[in-house]
Amino acid sequence: MLLTSRPAARSTAPPAARAGAVLELRGAAFGYRRRPVLSGVDLTVQPGEVLAVRGPNGAGKSTLVRGLLGSSEVLAGEVRLFGEPRARFRDWQRVGYVPQRSTVVGSVPVTVRELVSSGRLSRVGPWRRFGEADHCAVDCALEGVGLAGFDRRPVAELSGGQQRRALVARALAGDPELLVLDEPTAGVDAGNQRVLAATLAGLAATGTTVVVVVHEVGPLAPVVTRTVAVGRTAGDEGC
Amino acid sequence: MLSYGFMQLALAAAVLVGLTAPTVGIYLVQRRLSLVGDGLGHVALLGVAVGLATRTAPVLTALLATVAGALVLELLRSRRSAGTDVALAIMFYGGIAGGVVVVARAPAGTPANLDSYLFGALTTTTRADLVVFAVMALVVLGVTLGLSRSLFTVALDEEYAAASGLPVLRLNLLLAVVTAGTVTLSMRVLGLLLISGLMVLPAGCAQLVARSARASLAIAVLVGVTVAITGTVVSFYADTPSGATIVLVTIAAFALLAGARSLVRASRRWREPARGAPTAQDVDGPVRLGTSALG
Repeated sequence: MLLTSRPAARSTAPPAARAGAVLELRGAAFGYRRRPVLSGVDLTVQPGEVLAVRGPNGAGKSTLVRGLLGSSEVLAGEVRLFGEPRARFRDWQRVGYVPQRSTVVGSVPVTVRELVSSGRLSRVGPWRRFGEADHCAVDCALEGVGLAGFDRRPVAELSGGQQRRALVARALAGDPELLVLDEPTAGVDAGNQRVLAATLAGLAATGTTVVVVVHEVGPLAPVVTRTVAVGRTAGDEGC
Repeated sequence: MLSYGFMQLALAAAVLVGLTAPTVGIYLVQRRLSLVGDGLGHVALLGVAVGLATRTAPVLTALLATVAGALVLELLRSRRSAGTDVALAIMFYGGIAGGVVVVARAPAGTPANLDSYLFGALTTTTRADLVVFAVMALVVLGVTLGLSRSLFTVALDEEYAAASGLPVLRLNLLLAVVTAGTVTLSMRVLGLLLISGLMVLPAGCAQLVARSARASLAIAVLVGVTVAITGTVVSFYADTPSGATIVLVTIAAFALLAGARSLVRASRRWREPARGAPTAQDVDGPVRLGTSALG
């Protein structure tokens, strides 16, 4: 098993499992079309942790994340979100997701506000109109990533790093208890990485659980409370 | 022109299509499925042919054929298998070929003219047709406008939409059904071969000038209604086929907007030669602001 688990330099011990683990993986295998990409994953994430999942390209980091969220298959073992087996889990508004994507520009222009608002849909539902609280949540999310003055700008006019931050804001608009980010710092300049680290620090301070997939922990090191490494087989024994 | 009863009905039908088709088209354009309307038009032809041959209302049989076609298309797409493209080609060309063969082998006395379905026959719209069209248009608009946030979210980023718990497959199937309904509604106005034009081109016009999804939808509908009316009027006075005229007017609108946009851009550059396009500085400026706000 190619796994290492070590607390980061500024680690704080994860809070006791008072409300139960946010994520629990036991011997889990993930893949596509019944072919495993990653197997034997044991991992427990407690509320309030900021966990970095580190590994080289092709190690299966994204497959792991997508397995948690339902877009890759769980082929073996057990995966629980907030104590519920993934297959039965329906409370997706408790989970915020920032996919690994450098851009979100489609054929039809979309403003930053429209993009971020789409992250609030899981709370509002498809038929209901946005209320005061929903607009506020969108404002807060934009402020949280430092894009407060950008809400009317088309996403296509933002830089790559700013587009990433807009994607983070989209996930934050749903007030998630667990935020999962897939390579949010890849290809992003130092300034934008600092903003992102500050955003994550702010979230950690409010008790949001964060799982962030990274090639290298680098700029996020001050925020991360624990790091696990993913090889062809990954897991975590020690928490 | 409006003293003719048939022209009043024709204009009303054209406005319904001009209003409805772009609201569907904008999602198709966003999902880069611009030509799906065209394919469904091919499938509709088989439905029309079966309707003509069995003396059933062709609108009903066409609706059934396109809904079935649209559902198959969406299910194939959701499975993302490698053969999807070819499967769609089989369905689309099978539809048009099947339609032609069925009509050719229809029992004697069948009105064997497919032209009015292929190229539209707006001026043959009856009062009863108009009622059917209006009901269909209401259903389509209820979905495309009522669910616009969800449909845009799915069209923009399907993986994210699924991860945030939206019923992606159901929304896509619903949009597919609504697309099929719009194809059927539009076939008598525009013709099956031209339907896609009024779905996609107004969205293309909106893309040229809009800065938000909401504005794109509004502009696409405005363009759709304007060209539907203009095209119908022009076809009356110029004595040209209405469907093709409407599509040509839409293309003229696109050219006008594209021209206007480049003029505006050129004059902006001329007035502010120092500023030009947004620079890295403009874009990265607020980073500091964000950091301090968080710090």
